[in-house]
Parts: sequence; C-alpha cells; structure tokens
Amino acid sequence: MAIIGGPSGDGVYDALIVEDIHKKFGDMEVLRGISLTARDNEVIALLGSSGSGKSTFLRCVNLLETPDAGRVYVKGELIEMGQGAAGKRFAANPRQVERIRRRLCMVFQQFNLWAHMTVLQNIIEAPVHVLKLPRREALERADAVLEKVGLSAKKDFYPSQLSGGQQQRVAIARALAMEPDVLLFDEPTSALDPELVGEVLTVMRDLAKEGRTMLVVTHEMGFAREVASRVVFLHKGQVEEEGTPDQVFGAPKSERCRQFISSTLKH
Amino acid sequence: MLNLYGYGNQLIDGVWVTLEVAFTSLAIGLVLGLIGAAAKLSPRRWISMPATAVTNILRGVPEFVILLICYFGLTNLLSHLAGGDVDVSPFEGGVFALSIVFGSYSSEAFRGAFLSVGKGQLEAARAFGMRPIQVFFRIHLPQAWRLALPSLNNQWQNLLKDTSLVSVLGLEELMRKTQVAAQVTKEPFVFYIAASLIYLVFLAISNPIFILLERRANRGFPKG
Repeated sequence: MAIIGGPSGDGVYDALIVEDIHKKFGDMEVLRGISLTARDNEVIALLGSSGSGKSTFLRCVNLLETPDAGRVYVKGELIEMGQGAAGKRFAANPRQVERIRRRLCMVFQQFNLWAHMTVLQNIIEAPVHVLKLPRREALERADAVLEKVGLSAKKDFYPSQLSGGQQQRVAIARALAMEPDVLLFDEPTSALDPELVGEVLTVMRDLAKEGRTMLVVTHEMGFAREVASRVVFLHKGQVEEEGTPDQVFGAPKSERCRQFISSTLKH
Repeated sequence: MLNLYGYGNQLIDGVWVTLEVAFTSLAIGLVLGLIGAAAKLSPRRWISMPATAVTNILRGVPEFVILLICYFGLTNLLSHLAGGDVDVSPFEGGVFALSIVFGSYSSEAFRGAFLSVGKGQLEAARAFGMRPIQVFFRIHLPQAWRLALPSLNNQWQNLLKDTSLVSVLGLEELMRKTQVAAQVTKEPFVFYIAASLIYLVFLAISNPIFILLERRANRGFPKG
C-alpha cells in the first residue's frame, strides 16, 4: 500500500488529494490537468458550464471513469494505476479500487436507487454485502440515516413510489450508511422539479454543518455560496478559478468566471 | 369421464418421466442460457462470435433434428473418444438436446434483458464498492430476470411440449406411453385426447406460477 501525501508530519492525511487528472473521450480532451485537495470537513463546490468537465472529474475520483493521467490519494492512499500495451490506463488493483470506493460514496444526478429493492434494502445493501456488517448493525445505521433525511416512514416503500426529492434523500442516506470519508455529489438536484430542490439542499446543508467532507458538482449557486468552504470553477477541463465563496462570487479574477457568475445570477 | 382401458397408471408413469425430462432440461437450459448470454455480451469477439453462431444454428434447426443428432451423434462421438461402446440413454440424449435448445432461446432472452437494465443501476453498485460478481448477482441478474421472465415462460411452455419428441428415442414418457396404449387398445382418439389434456394441465399449473413469479419480480417497478 502506497501512503503518500500527508500535509504535515503529524500522520494526518488529507481526505482526498487529486493531482493532474487528464481525460480524453476519443479526440475530445475533457480534463486537462485538474488538481484538487479536500481536507477533512471541507465542502468543495465544483462549478462550471456544461461541458466544462466537472462531472467527468468527479467520476474520475472514484474511478467510474479511468483517468488517462494523474493520481488520486484517499486518506494518503494512492490508487494504483497500470498501463496497458496501447498506453491505455487501468486500475492496477481492482480490490483496492473497491476498497476505496467504500470510502468515497457517490450521490448521482439520477439517484440510481436500486429499483428492485425497498428503501431499507437499498440502504443496508452495501453495508451488509460490501462492508460485511452484521445485519443488525446495518439496520441500526439505516434507522439513523433515514431519520437524518427525514424518511423513516418510507423505509418499506420502493423507489418508484417516492418523489424525486425523496429518492435523492434516500440516495444520500444510502451513501451515509457507508460512513464514507468523502461524499461525492454529482449534480444532485439537476434532475429534480424546482419545488423538490429545497428538501435535498436542506439535507446537504445539515451534512455540511456536521462537518462531512463533501465534493459537490452543482448548478445551485446559492448553495455553493452559503455552504461551500471552497469553490472551484472549471472551464474547458481546467481549474479557472478557485477560492472561498466570497472571493469567487464577490471578486472573481478570471473573466470567464465573472461571466459565468453574472449569467447564472440573472436567472 | 374417459375410459382408459386400464392404461391410466401407465400414463401417470409417463407423466413423471415427462416432468423429469422437462425440469432437468429447464435447470440445465437456464444455466446454459446465462452462460450463453454472458458469452454473447463479451467484449472479446473470439468469445461472442462463436456463441452467437452456435445459438443461431441451434435456433434455426428443427428441434426434432437436433434431438436425433444429439442422440445418435453423441453415442458415436463418445464411443469414438472412449475407444469402446458408450451408451447414451434416451433420457440423457433427450435432456441434452432439449437443454441446448432451451439454452439457445433463453440466452437470447437473457441477453436482451441484461442490456435493458439501466446503466445507472450498475454504476451505483460499482460506486459503492461491489465486486463484479456482486454487481451481477445482487443487481444485474435480479433486474434482468424480471425482463426475461415473460419470454422464459414462453420457452418453458415450448419445452414442456417438446418433451414429447423424446418419445422417438423410446423413452417411456407420456407421449410414448400414449402411443403404446393407443396401438394396443386401438383407441388412438381417446388416448391422444387424454395426453392433450394432461399437457394442458401442466400449463394450467405452470401459468399461475409464472404469474406469481412475474408479480414478485415486478415489485418496485411501475406497472405498464
């Protein structure tokens, strides 16, 4: 196991360090060297217009997409990459990737709750089968996380019987039940009807207050501004602007970032 | 009530053999179907192309012919390989033929079903650290199963009826028993009607079971 990337000599590692990620789809260069560090308890909002590569970047972090170049460290552990004959990169150690994914749970734009399982089954599925927790303990966790997202009454429902906002809250609960080091949110409110966005953002605000480490790809400027500890603006596969919400929203240095912010604030 | 001239017990004996052939072929055929579907979906062409070719051939040739080829061909092949006389029983030959035919058709049903499962469902499973084998058995198969069931029901009905073909190999199943009874008593009409009714009873029992299975598999999915 390669352990690198501690911030200091005190043996404490940053939750997530991503270095110089590149990704091409065919001839399209989607990511052109993105680096980012998430310290414990930080909420990082990733902004950018569509096509800026923010979702792809998030998916490279947990290896749902294989980056063409770059390194990912989770709590100091480097995800080992190998290189095939044609220069194609792949995860050198699938077991390691599976182990790391348990600590980087993802909330998807389309929720992706398992449709053949009830809410409760969705939540205990990975704790029981991936973390190998005793069922009783998984059920206790499920009760706690459902309470947190305010859906204890729906635990025997199927996802199709819930509204989009409720489904996304269940998806958040499903991720929380893994007790991950970092929560990854891939545009969690983009597929929701406007009146359902609020309930999901409320849950995410509470998580931020609890000090969860979160990486959030979003179009919700209000959320980024109020909740994020840091905002990263991506443009054409690169970090164009980065700073506290006040810096990025108040006094953006880059022209593109300024344009992006003023155009989104108009709506 | 039909007068079966004392051959009722014979028919019942045949029923058990028929069911044995059908259920054995179903079990083996389902496993073959899953393997076939996996092979056809393989990104490696040297696996997917032969698998597609074999299942297309098996679906294109009449089952009766496949049955005869399997029975006589298998006997010859095994004897040749073993360098002596190897006996393939009518039961073994029949089950072999029916299994590969069922496997071919169900591999197509499974293939379509596997492709129809939402990508996000599998992605979520991977993102939560499931191993490929867990993704398959916990998420992919249960959801594909639901989509494949209606077609599997059809193929199971065909399989039940096709067991009658095995009578030509001399296997003492329902059809063979019926033929013997019909010849001896010179009452073909009575016995073929009796046999038809028995096949219909099989379906009358199996249909509600499939309805239950489908209802169970469709839990959580909106109707329509």
